[in-house]
Amino acid sequence: MSRSTAPIGFEFSVRDYSLTGANTRQAIENGLSAAEWYHSEIPRKKLKLLMKRRDAPAIRDTVIWIALHFVFAAGGLYFWGSWLCVPFWFAYGVVYGSACDSRWHECGHGTAFRTRWMNDVVYHIASFQIMRNPVNWRWSHARHHTDTIIVGRDPEIAWIHPINLILKALAFVGIVETWISLKTLMRNAMANLSQEEKDYIPESQWHKAIFWARVHIAIYAAVLLISFVLLVSGAAWKSLIPILLIGGPRVYGCWHFVMTGLLQHGGLAENVLDHRLNSRTLYMNPISQWIYWNMNYHIEHHMFPMVPYYSLPALHEMIKDDLPPPNTSIWDGYKEMMGSVMKQRVDPNYAIRKTLPPTARPYRDHLHKAVPERNAGAVSSDRGGM
Amino acid sequence: MPWIDVCAIDDVEEEDVIRWDHEDRTYAIFRSVDDEFYCTDGLCTHEQVHLSDGLVMDYEIECPKHNGLFDYRSGKALRAPVCEDLQTYETRVGNGRVLVFIE
Ligand code: FES
Repeated sequence: MSRSTAPIGFEFSVRDYSLTGANTRQAIENGLSAAEWYHSEIPRKKLKLLMKRRDAPAIRDTVIWIALHFVFAAGGLYFWGSWLCVPFWFAYGVVYGSACDSRWHECGHGTAFRTRWMNDVVYHIASFQIMRNPVNWRWSHARHHTDTIIVGRDPEIAWIHPINLILKALAFVGIVETWISLKTLMRNAMANLSQEEKDYIPESQWHKAIFWARVHIAIYAAVLLISFVLLVSGAAWKSLIPILLIGGPRVYGCWHFVMTGLLQHGGLAENVLDHRLNSRTLYMNPISQWIYWNMNYHIEHHMFPMVPYYSLPALHEMIKDDLPPPNTSIWDGYKEMMGSVMKQRVDPNYAIRKTLPPTARPYRDHLHKAVPERNAGAVSSDRGGM
Repeated sequence: MPWIDVCAIDDVEEEDVIRWDHEDRTYAIFRSVDDEFYCTDGLCTHEQVHLSDGLVMDYEIECPKHNGLFDYRSGKALRAPVCEDLQTYETRVGNGRVLVFIE
């Protein structure tokens, strides 16, 4: 076993990813939680234009998204019994089980549509599709933005050390996650919130978490019941259709969102306060980018979460000279990420530190290296030079 | 003197917000689409982030950190993750200046 390198980010004595453990205390004591983060400079006038909300792009995309559900499901049903139905179910799985993740994400931020109720409706549909309690995950995602990849604070760290590659590979077929999600929804439906959920969800919202878990569980129970009735009435394989339509795509169609999601922070640093060190921006093919609603501009999204998905390419153009060079494709991103992950399996402190272009401001290592001193002076935005 | 002179009306663009620090507090001064001025506490009630970096849409301010939403006229919290309302302050305009009533 090789000797461990010094981490890029703040060094903890132990690594405990729970939200109530030793690292939680350490992160808070050392000012890594709710801290000041680096962001690229954009004049307010330009930023206001980028943040501007419109309904049209998300309505267009949502109409296409819903229509694709119907078209692919219709194809899958029409060709049922022949191999021709497979590509239709495959495509249905992706628009249901993968595109829902980015819809959940963007509508959870409230940035997809200008009209609030439209965000809320799509958020609830997508939360159901991805089997996430819409209340719990709204709060966990807020924490992910406050404390991105801060060990002990961020509930959404995908790459937990020591990295289990078998579990990561299984994530592409969603069986383990679906089982865990259903168990969590079931537990919440029985009015039981875990200590961690209680940590990041305010008490005033607990009853909502329980209500929505019950709604989700009731729908899944109805689907299973219909499937069972079909089976006992002699529908044979056709009794699977309700599950293929509702719930099943979380298993057989999730691979695309897992593929793109793992790239967001994989192989990068923990416990830093500069998103350029812990997030990845990459270019990808237009179909994946549409499914993913431009979240491939992930550094940009974390620096400016108010910019809606349809303005992220413009934001990228504006600040790319201050960011590490993007990966050129999903493949290129995986090559880089997996190279680092394999090293992290031996040395968890290892992380990629990309070379910044000469036009960029240097990485703000002082933000995470000197947090105690900085905390004494409660600064709210990063304006200073190195 | 409870009415405090804050800024010139042109210091705030239409449908926008600026930060105003006074004594040991920070406030947000809003100018609405219909040219009315409003004042609230300057920090989001969720995680103490300056609302002046946020986005004003109609009569709402969206927090720059987690997109929490407030009605800046009443201070009412409208969307999670904000649950607690903002404190608001009376404003008036005179001689091209914005004034806020601070007790
Ligand atoms: S800090 Fe304002 S919504 Fe979280």
